[in-house]
Amino acid sequence: MVKLIARTPLDGLDISLGQARLREVSVGPIWSVAPFRGADAGAALNAAHGVGFPSPGQSMQNGDVRIIWSGGGQAFLMGAVPDASVARLAATTDQSDGWTVMELSGADAREVLVRLVPADIRPSEFGVGATMRTAVQHMAASITRVAEGAYLVLVFRSMAGTVRHELEFVMKSVAARGV
Amino acid sequence: MRIEGKGRIDRTRKIGFQFDGQRYSGFHGDTLASALMANGVRLMARSFKYHRPRGVFTAGSEEPNALMEIMQGGEYTPNIRATVQELYDGLKAKSQNRWPSLKYDLLSVNDLAAPFLGAGFYYKTFMWPEKFWESVFEPMIRRAAGLGSLPIGHDTTRYEKAFAHCDVLIVGAGPAGLMAACAAGRAGADVILADENKALGGRLLSEAEEVDGKPAAQWAVEMAAELVEMPNVRVMRRTNITGAYDGGVYGALERVSHHLSDPSDDLPLECFWRISAKRTILTAGALERPIAFPNNDRPGIMMASAVRSYLHRYGVAPGKSVAVFATNDDAHRTAHDLAAVGVKVAALIDSREGVEVTGDFPVYSGAQLVNTKGRQGVTQIELRTGNATRTVMADTVAMSGGWNPQVSLTCHLNKRPIWNDAISGFVPAENAVPGMVVAGAANGIYDTAGCLRAGADAARGVLNDLGLKPSEMKVPMASDGAGMSDVLWYIEGKGRSWLDFQNDVTAKDVKQAAAENFASVEHMKRYTTQGMAPDQGKNSNIAALAVLADATGRSIPETGTTTYRPPFVPISLGAFGAGAQGKGFQPERLTTSHMATLGRQAPMVEAGLWYRPSYFPAPGETTWREACDREVTMVRKSVGVCDVSTLGKIDIQGADAGQFLDFVYTNGFGKLKPGRVRYGLMLREDGHVMDDGTTACWAENHYVMTTTTAAAGQVMKHLEFVRQGLRPDWDVQIISTTEQWAQFAVAGPRSREVLNSLLDTHVNDTNFPFMQCGPVSIGGIDARLFRISFSGEHAYEIAVPAQFGDSLFRLLTAQAETMGGGPYGMEALNVLRIEKGFITHAEIHGRVTAYDVGMDRMVSTKKDCIGKAASRRPGLLEPDRERLVGFRPVDPAGQLTAGAHLFTKGDPPVVVNDQGYVTSVAHSPTLSHMIGLGFVKSGPERMGEVVTMVDLLRKIQTPVEICDPVMFDPEGARVRG
Repeated sequence: MVKLIARTPLDGLDISLGQARLREVSVGPIWSVAPFRGADAGAALNAAHGVGFPSPGQSMQNGDVRIIWSGGGQAFLMGAVPDASVARLAATTDQSDGWTVMELSGADAREVLVRLVPADIRPSEFGVGATMRTAVQHMAASITRVAEGAYLVLVFRSMAGTVRHELEFVMKSVAARGV
Repeated sequence: MRIEGKGRIDRTRKIGFQFDGQRYSGFHGDTLASALMANGVRLMARSFKYHRPRGVFTAGSEEPNALMEIMQGGEYTPNIRATVQELYDGLKAKSQNRWPSLKYDLLSVNDLAAPFLGAGFYYKTFMWPEKFWESVFEPMIRRAAGLGSLPIGHDTTRYEKAFAHCDVLIVGAGPAGLMAACAAGRAGADVILADENKALGGRLLSEAEEVDGKPAAQWAVEMAAELVEMPNVRVMRRTNITGAYDGGVYGALERVSHHLSDPSDDLPLECFWRISAKRTILTAGALERPIAFPNNDRPGIMMASAVRSYLHRYGVAPGKSVAVFATNDDAHRTAHDLAAVGVKVAALIDSREGVEVTGDFPVYSGAQLVNTKGRQGVTQIELRTGNATRTVMADTVAMSGGWNPQVSLTCHLNKRPIWNDAISGFVPAENAVPGMVVAGAANGIYDTAGCLRAGADAARGVLNDLGLKPSEMKVPMASDGAGMSDVLWYIEGKGRSWLDFQNDVTAKDVKQAAAENFASVEHMKRYTTQGMAPDQGKNSNIAALAVLADATGRSIPETGTTTYRPPFVPISLGAFGAGAQGKGFQPERLTTSHMATLGRQAPMVEAGLWYRPSYFPAPGETTWREACDREVTMVRKSVGVCDVSTLGKIDIQGADAGQFLDFVYTNGFGKLKPGRVRYGLMLREDGHVMDDGTTACWAENHYVMTTTTAAAGQVMKHLEFVRQGLRPDWDVQIISTTEQWAQFAVAGPRSREVLNSLLDTHVNDTNFPFMQCGPVSIGGIDARLFRISFSGEHAYEIAVPAQFGDSLFRLLTAQAETMGGGPYGMEALNVLRIEKGFITHAEIHGRVTAYDVGMDRMVSTKKDCIGKAASRRPGLLEPDRERLVGFRPVDPAGQLTAGAHLFTKGDPPVVVNDQGYVTSVAHSPTLSHMIGLGFVKSGPERMGEVVTMVDLLRKIQTPVEICDPVMFDPEGARVRG
């Protein structure tokens, strides 16, 4: 039998510049969950995975399982494949390989992001656990504030090289400013 | 000349710099202008048109004269204002617009021709002969006139952009701005305080006055220190707010490293900010008004407030003998301040009658300055009292015609400022920019106490709006009289009275414009060029329109202002385009087979944002055609592998998914059985073809749609619109899965052999007939298999999760190679589909209907679909429309070109005879001649007719025969294996 070898989009990138660190992370499987009309997928998600169905801009976490709002009537379940009880009530698709998954962390992480992301990510407006669909430079992205100084950034897999370049470039600028 | 004990410079830190190759020294805290002034340099520039000698005129970003080139790290930036440029060790500045040197500028001959070069001269003078404008006159004028020269090389400077959000944006950190920022900051608001200077304080740093019982500058420093300590206040120094836009968005230019002698390569030169503010307090201050008196442009003549700035901020006096010429009490301070430090005040000339001033200098009340002399700098002045004139020796003139509030930002959303008689100036209109309040001198309040109070009041109002509780904020004591002022715009005399120093526009030019009926202020501006270029008329707009008002017999408010537009200060294009240099322009989308493809030395082509291989060169091949022909033959005879991951994949699920597809596709999908695939055609609302592709029924109520690479985004957007906007009642969920799957076409007679060498369970014609789809596995990995073909061969597309894409591509190509096959690129893919008459966006280019491409049968009569009604409109179903056909050259060696047009044999190739055009061509190695697709009037009815293909651009004429677009295997036998 043949063997297919897996490769991640950034081959395990992990760089630190100044007060910011960018690394490729694994969050396990990523599945989109879009509840069918009138279906209460939240209860099923709670029963099967210990998370609910997030409202816009919200994420929920239960151990290694996280669910983030990802668009109108749609969320990404991370760290678990949706249970059959969920899949009955919602359209689900495997998105695990569709995204470059990165964590940007450190004291300057926000300074890096404000140079690429047009949205308001001040701590007062974008608390820990908040999530948004926005843009990183010209790339559609999902950003979740996973900790005080850490952001989970998702960009299309095909754009891995570009997003790495953009983030690294800005990390250098920010480090040079010493903000 | 330095004044001991004055200035906010650090005299322990001496700094060396160069101007036009000459070495000088200054101190830390100097600007380039103050340091040159301290070194006795008065001549700093040549004027725009007449190359007249000019010196520094102001002490801020409004400077019209002292513009220079600054060299930094092998690059240079033109038009840098010496008044803004902070001095650093090793700074190298060069003067502009002169030849061969600043001192001996031969182009100053223009000044002798000035009587002929007035407003509108080139509109009148260079009209004949017509051709001379472009070839002779314009280049000549461009060489002689202008500001800095454009660096010609590629700009490698690093620029940055950034976004910021706040509750309150405060524009300008003078007394009003500092008070407002402090009040808002103490109340807990999220504040951004932006100021163009390094130091906060505005005019407080330039005046000898007290605030809160201490020197004003010290009060400003203490306020700044408090603000910097507040975590909710962001102080943005060296930052100009450049424009006000909709929704509380402001542009801002931060000068990040212009002031550094050896900045890191990673540090940007400038950063362009987009600031979103809930509320804005504009405390941008006011600019002092020049007076247009004869010969008022010599080096040494400057603004009275600037003289105080140089004295108090930089500890430098511009000359040894200063004459002050003013219309107001405020400017008397210049005389007093200079006298206090021992600088000779040669005269205080006040245009008002009966002004009483006590000072150790001669005072001329009711007098006007009527002339100046001095070749490269003023040496004497002539003043007139009544009918008597008198000459006074002076090397500096400090003038003041009063003040103009800086209203620019309040006008960016199309509001005009309002004339205020009390201050004889324009003030901002109420609510000119939603969410913005104006306070202090920008609102026409000129005394320090009034500005402090206005800042605090503005903050209180804004905090109330935001639902924040204003903190207790005591307004400190300060001087509370702005003094009296009179209005004097210009003085007639023998010499030229300059209004716009940057554009060499005189009062006479403005009158000339009025006389020639360019009487509207906007027309006058265009005719004279007054108010254009870097300073945007900051020093001249109001005076120019006052002169115009006088010349046209109207009042100033009747005359009105020109339109203030962003940017408030010049912004380099690099800063505007920050982040978009080089590859920052757009993202690159790379497939999982990218590395393996590069490993095969395949040249890549762009397909939208994607990069795809053009062809895979084999050893010994020297042209793309050789590779392409080989790859086509390989697919037809054996097997080829091609990465098709770039095609859009859209997952559609829900109880109404079937009727949703019926609604967006022209043909029926509702009855498609699970495991089956169908080709579909999609129309726009206007009945023209949007896209085509296959959709697979993966399971009940679950479909997988394929779009073209080019239209993937457009189709996704369209489907979202239909789902959310047109049929929100339906239960349909859609999501793109393009990125999830690495998908490869395996095409050719031996395609199944390749697949079966890898699949865990073999496929055959029974379990996998043409247009079948279903799950398979490779090495235990779940994959998706579709038996579809874009080459006309027995073919499949296999999709695996993208993490395995690289691996599968390598395996597939290696297996294919053992059977005489291999990878193929876009060129071969294109030839294969043209041979089969399959359309791409070369054919469905946006102007064709289903009828035009021969697919009207696919527009189902049994159901409605988007675009159907519109596609039935009269004119869209006429047989003589240009309709899809194939072409082959009559002579097998004949050449076809895409974009060529077709003409009935014997007709001259002119527009009226046009019969159609060619959209796609290829050399077919299968048929051994060129083939083409295109559109011809009544095409399908003209099979076999020979027409003439004419390419007027490439000068090619080829007789071609109209034929069926399907030129290879018309029965479609091969695809079924």
